[in-house]
Amino acid sequence: MHPQHWMSVESPGLYCRPADLYIDPMKPVALAVVTHGHTDHAMAGHSHVYATDKTMAIMTTRYGEEMAESTQPMRYGESVMLGEADDPVRMTLYPAGHIMGSAQVLLEYRGSRLVVSGDYKRRPDPTCLPFEVVPCDVFITEATFGLPVFTHPPIEREVDKLINSLQVFKHRCHLVGSYALGKCQRVILALRQAGYHKPIYLHGALIRLCELYQQHGIDLGKLVPVSEIEDKSTLAGEIVIAPPSALADRWSRAFPDVRTVMASGWMQIRARARQKQVELPMIISDHCDWPELIQTIEEVGAKEVWVTHGRENALVYQATQMGFKARALSLLGYEDEQETG
Amino acid sequence: MEDFSDLLEQLYFTGSHNAKSALIIDYLQRTPDPDRGWAIAAMAGALRFDFFKRNAVKQLMLERIDPVLFEMSYDYVGEMSETVAHLWPASASPGAEGLPSLGEIVTQFAEAKRTDVKPLLTKYLDAMTAAQRWALIKLGTRGLRIGVSARTMKQILAKFGDTDVAEIETLWHGVAPPYSDMLAWLEGKADKPDISEEVTFHPVMLSHPIDEKNLEELQPKDWQIEHKYDGIRVQLVSTANGKALFSRTGDDISPSFPDLLQSITEHCVLDGELLIMHGDNVDTFNQLQQRLNKKKPPKKLIESLPAGLMVYDIIADEKQMLTDRTLDERHQLLVRFIERSRSDRLHLSQPLQAKDRDSLQQLYARASDDTAVEGLMLKRKDSLYVPGRPKGLWFKWKRQPKLVDAVIMYAQRGHGKRSSFYSDFTFGAWQDDVLLPIGKAYSGFTDEELKKLDNWVRRHTVGRFGPVREVAKELVIEVAFDAAHPSGRHKSGVALRFPRFHRIRWDKPANEADTLDNVKALIES
Repeated sequence: MHPQHWMSVESPGLYCRPADLYIDPMKPVALAVVTHGHTDHAMAGHSHVYATDKTMAIMTTRYGEEMAESTQPMRYGESVMLGEADDPVRMTLYPAGHIMGSAQVLLEYRGSRLVVSGDYKRRPDPTCLPFEVVPCDVFITEATFGLPVFTHPPIEREVDKLINSLQVFKHRCHLVGSYALGKCQRVILALRQAGYHKPIYLHGALIRLCELYQQHGIDLGKLVPVSEIEDKSTLAGEIVIAPPSALADRWSRAFPDVRTVMASGWMQIRARARQKQVELPMIISDHCDWPELIQTIEEVGAKEVWVTHGRENALVYQATQMGFKARALSLLGYEDEQETG
Repeated sequence: MEDFSDLLEQLYFTGSHNAKSALIIDYLQRTPDPDRGWAIAAMAGALRFDFFKRNAVKQLMLERIDPVLFEMSYDYVGEMSETVAHLWPASASPGAEGLPSLGEIVTQFAEAKRTDVKPLLTKYLDAMTAAQRWALIKLGTRGLRIGVSARTMKQILAKFGDTDVAEIETLWHGVAPPYSDMLAWLEGKADKPDISEEVTFHPVMLSHPIDEKNLEELQPKDWQIEHKYDGIRVQLVSTANGKALFSRTGDDISPSFPDLLQSITEHCVLDGELLIMHGDNVDTFNQLQQRLNKKKPPKKLIESLPAGLMVYDIIADEKQMLTDRTLDERHQLLVRFIERSRSDRLHLSQPLQAKDRDSLQQLYARASDDTAVEGLMLKRKDSLYVPGRPKGLWFKWKRQPKLVDAVIMYAQRGHGKRSSFYSDFTFGAWQDDVLLPIGKAYSGFTDEELKKLDNWVRRHTVGRFGPVREVAKELVIEVAFDAAHPSGRHKSGVALRFPRFHRIRWDKPANEADTLDNVKALIES
């Protein structure tokens, strides 16, 4: 049966009727599958949650042990059967390459296959398995950077900009705005790979998630909470990482001669960087850029593409030009420019 | 060219004035002529020709991308140069081949035949990085905005040459890019360039809006009081080498007003308000608008709407510059100059008399009722003619704006700094139970309010027409404007002059906004 007859958009989010299952719902529901741990996908308060074990760990870190009434961790490639025993929906998770624990969701029902990509990227990321192409009839793709102006440069080049700046502005504290989950750890790893081995200083909101990554065997090198530094003037010439909301906050005023850096895919558009008073924009994204979105649609080869999260119009248009049947799915609750870019 | 592009990139992301100044001075010190002179001209907005038109850039781009994707991208980015910089197909190794110097690029475009411009532009766009493309397009279309105004540039040059900014100001419009003579003088390698007989613009003196405190403190006897006429502020320059009319920003608008210039025979620099005048009678700003931006105005138009100059001040006479005289002295000289002038188009802006603050208030009340003027000007009698906007010398006291409550109907994203924010609003007034658009406003709100408005638009969109969002007819704004005119071009039949946000009435129900009849009642005859 065509997925349009068993999938719909309801007010909590994307809904699979025969399984009574919501994907990344934004209201508490009975049965939820969570693709990854970003707050605009994972919330506390559902009765029963499916997710990868790492996503569960992230949710527990953020929301505590009580984040759901019951949970069922799943491995990549493992399936569960949902709905009526004589008319089941089979659900399987596959790697999405977005952040640690991120997954795509394959739903199979009455002979047709639908994949929800969640958020995903195609660039190498040492903190997660690469995105896996899963053949299907309908592919629901995100489109955060769904415009041809977005082509992300290699992360090495962007991190070099920061390292060069540290050499030019030896006495300025480089305050890097970065989303707490995924981006922060990826930036730290890229700095380490580029040969930066000094301690990196962290805003309090980033510490527990970095610890979690380290518990999962990801070596982030020496990290120091900013709160442990009594004399903030010693942070001249050092890297401090903070969530973007803290950049303009009173918190940052204590640092010596701050140079504001921001790691985000949005930094490609210079006016956006200026609006946030960023002096050194680093274009680093955990999403696909435009060429990668197109590459993925081609490789997945689904007859039908549903587009959500972001600039749907351009990607729907492009997919149609490429010969796919395409439409936009408007999901509420997802800001079109949140800080997870 | 690489250096210039790097400089722009750094300036773009640098907030502080001092840091910008340091970057530019460093560039001037390590860059040879003529490159550095062209860079100055580009940043200060003093380039005198476009290398290519925006439209040529767009056409080249559309040969390389689907037009629908281009439009969507442009709408999102909010700026043409950057949209093209990102969309242009990158070569295998952009920026790897060395580019010619800035001076060479300027020369190549200046000398290129019409048909050669596009191939030349294509060649460079192909070879450049996205940042360099942005720099070239901004340079070539004279659209560079990196927070360095002409005034800032002059201050930086003064610092570079260790001289006073006033020296640069007086010289500025008499020298041309790439400024090799001026830069040599600033470096102490040559004499100051002589510009005395050039027909050039002299930077004008501007006023501040008056506030309650200023008003309470001022002694009327120390001040020259004049009407603030409702035309455009201009400077008329006439020397043995020619005559010209400049806007207050220095744009040469002579071709639109040959009748005024022909009437002048004396050597002078005059500061005044350009108006349509039938003898001594001042016509409306609406009428003046018909004569603006017409490079070859038809004879009939010139005869039916003759241009006149309401003269406020005299900056130079046949003998000398008068900027170091007091307003009192200049005024005496101006009265005599106009008496003797053979022109019938010059009118003296008559000082008004107020013996105390009460009579000043009465003058203001009367000026507010007079539709030919916008309010009063108050100038210290002992003020020298100081270019720029010096503090405490000249004040404008504009009449109160008119206000209507209108309903927001459509919103569009802004450009440049406001890219991505819904900041351009169309608003309407009620005719029975239908709203008719009466104008557009883009200003008058704070950055905080802009964020709230943007958010409101996103949550209240009921339709989309390309980049335009139609919104629920729920939000009332108090619109301030200077005047209402009848209009045949608008369906509502009314056009507002300089509408802007006065207040956002989050609390007011839309059905209590003003009717079109209320708005039309404000039209002045």
